[in-house]
Amino acid sequence: VSRRTQRIVVALSTAAVGSFLLAACVAANTPGAQPNPIFSTDVSATPGMAGAGNMPGMSAMPGMSMSPSQTGGGPPAAPVGPDAVNIDGFAFAPGTLTVKAGSTVTWTNKDEDPHTVVAGGGAFRSQALGSGGIYSFTFPAAGTFDYICSIHPFMHGTVVVTP
Amino acid sequence: MTEDRDPMTMSRRQLIRHSAWFGAAVGLAVVGGEVISHVAGSATATLTRPTLRFAQVSDSHIGFTGPANADVTGSFTRAVDQINGLGYTPDFVIHTGDLTHLATPGQFDQVKQMLSGLETPHVFTVPGEHDSVDDAGQKYRKVFGAGTRGDGWYSFGIAGVHVIALVNTLNMTKLGHLGQDQLDFVKNDVAPLSSDTPIIVFSHIPLFAMYPDWGWGTDDSVQALSYLRRFASVTCLNGHVHQVFSKTEGNVTFFSATTTAYPLPHPGDGPAPKPLTLPAGKLHDALGIREVTYTKGQQALALKERTLP
Repeated sequence: VSRRTQRIVVALSTAAVGSFLLAACVAANTPGAQPNPIFSTDVSATPGMAGAGNMPGMSAMPGMSMSPSQTGGGPPAAPVGPDAVNIDGFAFAPGTLTVKAGSTVTWTNKDEDPHTVVAGGGAFRSQALGSGGIYSFTFPAAGTFDYICSIHPFMHGTVVVTP
Repeated sequence: MTEDRDPMTMSRRQLIRHSAWFGAAVGLAVVGGEVISHVAGSATATLTRPTLRFAQVSDSHIGFTGPANADVTGSFTRAVDQINGLGYTPDFVIHTGDLTHLATPGQFDQVKQMLSGLETPHVFTVPGEHDSVDDAGQKYRKVFGAGTRGDGWYSFGIAGVHVIALVNTLNMTKLGHLGQDQLDFVKNDVAPLSSDTPIIVFSHIPLFAMYPDWGWGTDDSVQALSYLRRFASVTCLNGHVHQVFSKTEGNVTFFSATTTAYPLPHPGDGPAPKPLTLPAGKLHDALGIREVTYTKGQQALALKERTLP
């Protein structure tokens, strides 16, 4: 019986001891045999997960639990008034909004895609807003706040808060 | 448009040309029959399997609801079934991100359960920006982060190939972003490797400037790729853009994968990367999976794009 021998060089690295190359000759890799991943030895577990048949202990997951706040439904009424920003066509409108300190600004997502409202300095951060989703934030003090949509970070907006 | 002058970016015309070329190249790159005869004890020749073969799936967006695809769960189920029906067991399956649409615990549970139906020894993932939408990836790492480093990156060697899985959907200001910790990881990770080691890199957002106006690029990828410049074969596989695309820069070839959820416009086609609603019956032609094989001694990986059945 002839067996095909395949030479596999396995690179193994350890962060604790430095790094070295281990050249190993793994014999008898018959056609159809699975090559196994070799992970770095300084992590506690294997990244990823096992597929079917490799994880007999994997039990069925419970059904999905969708929390309404995370599906982005939001109140049905869209905001009206000067302290409102619409998210429409992957853009914040108006792009720059000026309000007085103490004002509450309300963003409404009019797109089908989800968006977020995330301040660069961490002053405010919405959850994902689904279609029709609404987020409000009250600005207590003056300042200039640049924000983006963290899902589509090419979307930029600014709120200027005057004293 | 500034992208016409940027060598890292393609103009619309170049893109169309390139897409046409890629469509042809895929046909030629297909690896022939995977027929493996298994007669116990028989000395008859069998077709040798490639050194490494795996499948890529991307952008399942579990939880999406909208006219662009009314049943993303059903589409992803078809993708899982398609991989299970390839006629061989892939050495692993990689999901290149946007597993979920809104990163809810329920969506993560569901996609994990669906991935566990893949008939393969290993399923690997990287997060998309939809998986790290409001918590910098904490919920993602709770489900898929075991054994990873930093904010979820990792590497492994398999069959002589070195695989690096990167996270470029955190701390973004316009484009994808790796960050200094991850750049250091890449640098140190490949330092001991011989330059003839084939390198495969997974990320969600492209590591090349596919269309920066829509965020389709990574702001510090040039630094990461500089650590890979000495390697003879570097292949970067990404998702995010929901369409098949390829580009070669020096020793590195980039392949964007399609999605199992819904198509997005070609770069610059319209004002924004909004989900495209296709005419009835056309959706599954835009969705699909990818097979990747590597055969020792060949520099380039072979890719085969398959549309969903």
